[in-house]
Amino acid sequence: MSDFVHSGWGLFVAITTVLSLVFCLALLIVASRRKVMATDNTTGHVWDEDLREMNNPLPRWWMWLFVITVVFAAVYLAFYPGLGSFAGMLKWTSVGQYEAEQDRARAAMQPVYAKYVAMSAEQLAQEPAAMGIGQRLFLNNCAQCHGSDGRGSLGFPNLADQDWLGAGTHDYAKSVITEGRVGVMPPMAAAVGTSEDVRNVANYVLSLSGSAHNSVAAQLGKGKFGVCAACHGADGKGNAQLGAPNLTDKVWLHGWGEQAIVNIVTQGKTNAMPAQGRLLTPEQVHVLGAYVLSLSKPTRIAGN
Amino acid sequence: MLQTKKTAVPAAPAAVGGGEDRREAVVSMYQAQRKIYARAVSGWFAGWRWAFVWATQLIFYGLPWLEWNARQAVLFDLGARRFYIFGLVLYPQDFIYLTGLLIVAAYSLFLFTAVAGRLWCGFACPQTVYTEIFMWVERKLEGDRAQRMRLDASPWGANKLLRKGGKQLAWIAIGLWTGFTFVGYFTPIRSLAVSASTLGFGPWEWFWICFYGFATYGNAGWMREQVCKYMCPYARFQSAMFDKDTLIITYDDERGEPRGSRSRKADPKAARLGDCVDCGLCVQVCPTGIDIRKGLQYECIGCAACIDVCNGIMERMEYPKGLIRYDTQNGMAQHLNRSQLLRRALRPRVLVYASVLVLILVALGTSLALRSPFKVDVVRDRGALARLVEDGWIENVYRLQLMNTTEQLQRYRIRAAGLPGLQTDLGDTVVAVDPAATRWVPLAARVPPEAAATAGRGSHAIEFTVERIEDSAADAPRTVVERSTFVVPR
Repeated sequence: MSDFVHSGWGLFVAITTVLSLVFCLALLIVASRRKVMATDNTTGHVWDEDLREMNNPLPRWWMWLFVITVVFAAVYLAFYPGLGSFAGMLKWTSVGQYEAEQDRARAAMQPVYAKYVAMSAEQLAQEPAAMGIGQRLFLNNCAQCHGSDGRGSLGFPNLADQDWLGAGTHDYAKSVITEGRVGVMPPMAAAVGTSEDVRNVANYVLSLSGSAHNSVAAQLGKGKFGVCAACHGADGKGNAQLGAPNLTDKVWLHGWGEQAIVNIVTQGKTNAMPAQGRLLTPEQVHVLGAYVLSLSKPTRIAGN
Repeated sequence: MLQTKKTAVPAAPAAVGGGEDRREAVVSMYQAQRKIYARAVSGWFAGWRWAFVWATQLIFYGLPWLEWNARQAVLFDLGARRFYIFGLVLYPQDFIYLTGLLIVAAYSLFLFTAVAGRLWCGFACPQTVYTEIFMWVERKLEGDRAQRMRLDASPWGANKLLRKGGKQLAWIAIGLWTGFTFVGYFTPIRSLAVSASTLGFGPWEWFWICFYGFATYGNAGWMREQVCKYMCPYARFQSAMFDKDTLIITYDDERGEPRGSRSRKADPKAARLGDCVDCGLCVQVCPTGIDIRKGLQYECIGCAACIDVCNGIMERMEYPKGLIRYDTQNGMAQHLNRSQLLRRALRPRVLVYASVLVLILVALGTSLALRSPFKVDVVRDRGALARLVEDGWIENVYRLQLMNTTEQLQRYRIRAAGLPGLQTDLGDTVVAVDPAATRWVPLAARVPPEAAATAGRGSHAIEFTVERIEDSAADAPRTVVERSTFVVPR
């Protein structure tokens, strides 16, 4: 398009369009009558010795259909953009239509959400219709990373368990959805000590949750856990204020087993949840947050 | 410049006289529509046509008003994508049934046409049926052929205005009622009738009522034979189904010619005349304005009006009936009798059309009878193929779409099989789906680490079995099995 920025092109397109319309009409009129060479209702054309072309006229109303298409084009060009840079009398644009449809959709959704905004997460969980909306929002916006069942995957938190990196309240869920969240675990290998020490700490961490571990190494690692305790707490139960995970449960967001823990301690981890505030309205976030909280309730697939 | 001299275009092609005549002439490439004043006709075939008018229109206008299970019996709910036909609830996934129906319609057309020509056109086509109704209105208000011609020729006055205006009003009313009924198949007609009382239709309801109404009014009132001659594609390709053993409406040249008027008392043999009294009634009753005595023509829609009227004349003349009759080209040439004609009707193409038709009908019926009361789609999560969960179990996530195709609440139990130790997080949970509703059920399937190791990395075929829980033990449980894959990560 960049080659056609000169205003003369608009004029060129407009003139070509109008001339084409006039030409179509003129052609129709000129071609509607025809000189024939014979009076026997043939056009006088003969091929292959005896093959004649009959004049088999179309009904006249058919010609009016052609005229109607030309009239339609003229009316269309008056109302909609098409004649070069002329915007048309309706000032229609695709962006304008998109925005108008968005506004209409928002207005249509307004009464649906108005009722829900005033309700708490617990009340919303009792509303099948609200949970249906929440599920659809979740499947469209969240399931790509957190999975259709909300149980996440490696690096993507499980939303359906009782383990929260933050407060685990409705407000917390809403703020994470709206603003996103960045979780940072710094590389701690230097502070822990040698690579042997790191391995020992990893075994100690495994022992905290009662997972399979080397108990000798765990005993040795216990002493080195002090540097970890600053965030994860002396008992390893984490700190929701800091977003430090609980190490005593069987939730392994970044992988399970000695090697996975060694990797995290050595390399650290920065994990980001992107902000969804631009994609969802506050009312949608309210309902979606309640749906996410409801995932950790055991009776989510309630049969009748 | 074009020459202004204009010669009249002959209505019918004159016999090709050769190219000697080289006089130039200017003709119009477009032909003005010649108004056809079809004369009213009664008789055996006209009776059949009216029977079809009543049958098709009682169904068309009446069907949307029928109730079934406290809802409209036949309703195509485009918004909700549910198509109710009496006890059936069809989903867009059931499109194959529409395909089957269209194939049945096509093969029926082939079959009827191969046997007896344009039966569909002459008796059941909506264009014919609505034209019949509109012509009846016309006849009631303007009289029959001669009166209509006189009325058209007469100057405008109160009588003409009243008759013509009344006809237009009646036509428009029928058109609008037809449009309203049409929309009633897509919007519940009873609520549509309520909106009709205040003219409170939605914009699309307005559009379709007016559009369909206008199409009915325009096609049956004004376009009539023009639709069959210039617009209808079926009319054109039906000739491919014709052969020399196809029954067509035909004039017995041998018996009729030489035609000529005579007194009822006169002996035609003595006057060297055929049976055709040249009354011209067969031309007057023809809705497409052709003369059947010229033989088979593409304009002939097979309505048999000329047979009815000619038989009436033959009866009055005390000649045998059937000067114009259903006969085949071979039958005329070889003087075949009825049973010979019938035997020739059972020729290979007819048998092929018939057997394909029967086959499709049986397949369609069987498929409908054995139709599952629910459908299942399995959609694997695409974001993460697999994940490691506690104790090294491997988990894959799926979404099952459960579609209830009945109007009762259904409850299901979902199981997965295909790998040792495969289980789902749903366990024995019962999932309920509302009548004619669809529900997405996210579910995680997992295998123990040993099973994953034995199966090896990569994707493995598994299947989900969805079992409907029957309310009474007597009902056989219905199950649907859907295949999917389970991925063990590298």
